[in-house]
Amino acid sequence: MRHHHLVVALAAAGLVGGCAATAGARPAGAPAASGKPVAAAKPASDPFPSTYRAYPGVPTLVTNVTIFDGEGGRIEGGQALFAEGKVVAVGAAVEAPAGVTVIDGTGKWLTPGIIDIHSHLGDYPSPSVSAHSDGNEATGPVRAEVWAEHSVWPQDPGFTRALANGGVTTLQILPGSANLFGGRSVTLKNVPARTVQAMKFPGAPHGLKMACGENPKRVYGSRRQLPSTRMGNVALNRQTWARAAEYKRKWDKYERDGGEPPTRDIGLDTLRGVLAGDILVHNHCYRADEMAIVLDMAKEFGYRVSTFHHAVESYKIADLLRENAVCSAMWADWWGFKMEAYDAVDENIPLVHNAGACAIVHSDDANGIQRLNQEAAKALANGRRMGFDIPDEVAWTWLSSNPAKAMGIADRTGSLVPGKMADAVLWNGHPFSVYTRPEKVWIDGALLFDAQDPARRPVTDFELGQPGEGDVK
Amino acid sequence: MTVPMLRRAALFGAAFLAGGLGAAAAGAETVAITGGTVAIGDGSAPIEGGTVVVRDGRIVAAGRGVAVPPGATLVDATGKWVTPGLIAGFSRLGLAEVDAVEETNDIAAEGSPFSAAIDVAPGINPRATAIAVNRAAGITRAIVAPAVATEIFAGQGAVIDTGSDLAAVTHARAFQFVELGEAGAEEAGGSRPAAYLEFRTKLADAQRYARDPGGYDGDSKDALLTRADAAALVPVVQGRMPLLVHVESGPDILNVLKLKAEFPALRLVLVGAAEGWTVAREIAAARVPVIASALVSLPASFEMRAATQSNIGRLRAAGVPVAIGMINDDEARQARYAPQYAGNLVALTRVPGATGLSWGEALAAISSGPAEALGLAGEMGSLRPGRRADVVVWDGDPLQLGSRPARLWIDGVEQPLVTRQHRLRDRYARPEEGELPKAYQR
Repeated sequence: MRHHHLVVALAAAGLVGGCAATAGARPAGAPAASGKPVAAAKPASDPFPSTYRAYPGVPTLVTNVTIFDGEGGRIEGGQALFAEGKVVAVGAAVEAPAGVTVIDGTGKWLTPGIIDIHSHLGDYPSPSVSAHSDGNEATGPVRAEVWAEHSVWPQDPGFTRALANGGVTTLQILPGSANLFGGRSVTLKNVPARTVQAMKFPGAPHGLKMACGENPKRVYGSRRQLPSTRMGNVALNRQTWARAAEYKRKWDKYERDGGEPPTRDIGLDTLRGVLAGDILVHNHCYRADEMAIVLDMAKEFGYRVSTFHHAVESYKIADLLRENAVCSAMWADWWGFKMEAYDAVDENIPLVHNAGACAIVHSDDANGIQRLNQEAAKALANGRRMGFDIPDEVAWTWLSSNPAKAMGIADRTGSLVPGKMADAVLWNGHPFSVYTRPEKVWIDGALLFDAQDPARRPVTDFELGQPGEGDVK
Repeated sequence: MTVPMLRRAALFGAAFLAGGLGAAAAGAETVAITGGTVAIGDGSAPIEGGTVVVRDGRIVAAGRGVAVPPGATLVDATGKWVTPGLIAGFSRLGLAEVDAVEETNDIAAEGSPFSAAIDVAPGINPRATAIAVNRAAGITRAIVAPAVATEIFAGQGAVIDTGSDLAAVTHARAFQFVELGEAGAEEAGGSRPAAYLEFRTKLADAQRYARDPGGYDGDSKDALLTRADAAALVPVVQGRMPLLVHVESGPDILNVLKLKAEFPALRLVLVGAAEGWTVAREIAAARVPVIASALVSLPASFEMRAATQSNIGRLRAAGVPVAIGMINDDEARQARYAPQYAGNLVALTRVPGATGLSWGEALAAISSGPAEALGLAGEMGSLRPGRRADVVVWDGDPLQLGSRPARLWIDGVEQPLVTRQHRLRDRYARPEEGELPKAYQR
């Protein structure tokens, strides 16, 4: 898939909103269809609702294990109890019910499951044949009407690799970055399913993928249409936000006062959701100067950017990003594949963290998603070489609680805190060591991967009956 | 073989001895690196408290109980690791500055009338940022291949070093590269049969050219090969130049091995071979080395349905000489992932059902392994006596995430380890502007 850099690069532009953000746990909206007709009926805000149900688990106690709680805490020789899909207790010693399944964690580490805020699994699945190329609706620079979930192929073998090799329990699937407005993202539990609805993280807000820079201007400039320049990018963005503001005024008025409903526009519905704070902006943006322009544009139109994605120059404006409470979702060490990635440095993640801004490790890659813990480890080591004192357990926030906040799901997952989803990974060693692999992965307390048990290794429909079926991969 | 040393010495402005064979001052210096954990790079386990002695740009000795010659410059590696410089097993290092900026990208030539004759050597830019970035990560040599553009033969690749001087090419025209899997089928017009027909026809043309160069009419309408391309394939068909063949699927690998029956002199090296483990016995029996991707685990294409990270371990277990390469994997810039990839193969030894490599084998896969694939293991890739003195002192286990070279020599010449990226990093260690703009801070 690395082969795809250009495609992915194309695909990879998104703005994400501030870490500490915000709209947080607000669901995209309750189904409207069930209510009685009213004068001013709201359009259904959740027409493809999640049908995800947690799989059964057994009450499980992991003992004598090193725990990173995902919020910066660490417990040596600790215990963690899961039951009924939730984290029940985490501590030096916890009270467990009789009959609980006990797992000896000696020499092992327990962490929250990894959350990848930037993936194209399902939208650019394996095998990457053109019939599977569903991530960029590159037929117009403003395509806010498309939803990534409508392209997700649940049989993408990449999901299973992210689970078994990577310990990824939640991931956001974004449209690509060919367009200024790429469309809506979707947040998934990394659980194999027949339909995308059965993977959808219940109540997770939608995101809006936006893109700065080279990709939109190259795609449309090569067709002699707007945008062909960075200034064209911003001009069309602002024109579009102005339309969205007008659309929102009309619909707000209608919903308040009734009367004749305004004409529905599926794309503007999405932008209205952003302006209302219900949909989080994930903005692909490489260069520091362009991120600063986007922040001003967001102020002009009254929306917030959750996260800048790729953000290879965040280190140049880490103070500005801190002040604006915007997250940066970054690679550890990708660089140089395109002009706007030329100034990438291996210390981007620790520099952003050290400045007090929100740092996230992301993949944007079907292979990279299998080693996000290693990406964090490399970034951490590079930061320490600069003299930054960042404990391992704090660096784990880059993989779990920070992306959870930026995706508006931090109240439910992203850390091993009582009451949260029991999304967790037992690693067979220190997860920042190259010699370590996931041993067990739980999602909502269900054991969905166990390196010791071939029956707990998912095999997609695509791979059934193929050479290598059921292999360790 | 001493030529690169002399070149380097001259560039460093060092005085050198008269008499031709006397090496340059920098390279001629005797250096003894003591106290470190020494890994030879030949597959053996690391040795604690070892010594490495370098003289005249070559390894003199490495191991435990090696005497420090009188007058040697001492390097204390206590608490550190010492390995041979790493070799990028398959790469495009030095051929591009920014991949997507066409003017800086010399990997393939869509508009050229030539193919097999293309020699990447003049495309290697020793000042490419990727050279310095990869050197700073422990890569001292690279196997550099062109990419196909108009037909199945891509051209002649080089073996280079990553030294900070302008003499990067160690061996020009070190091998020929050909695509015979899905990419080959596409280049040949749309099918594997067409690719194989093209392959056979062109090698037969090269044989015809070799018999009678003057009589070969490369300009006729019927000729598939220009004279230059035919001449370039002569050493391939005569077995004087290795032929690197990119295929991924098990059936494609078997088809390639069969070519030896038709062209017995071919010195085949398989590149990619994601499904190699499914035909490992056949590859081992054919004594064909493999340069494989380390961590492909996905059916990224239909020719890679059986891909698994255990591929290299299983090939090794079957007796196949196997090295790690960067195949369609950021190969112009990120050969520096090699140690991480190798470390991941060690991790597999603790995963039930997987097959990994021992630590020593993993290091060999990124040092002596690539050299061995090209028949250069006597010259480079390990700390065995007589090899080029490409040596890295690491601040920790070289396969572990976050370990970095502390000092590094190429042909016995110590190299700078600072990159453009470090300069940017330092400028923005505090992002705020100071009394003057950032542009004044350096």
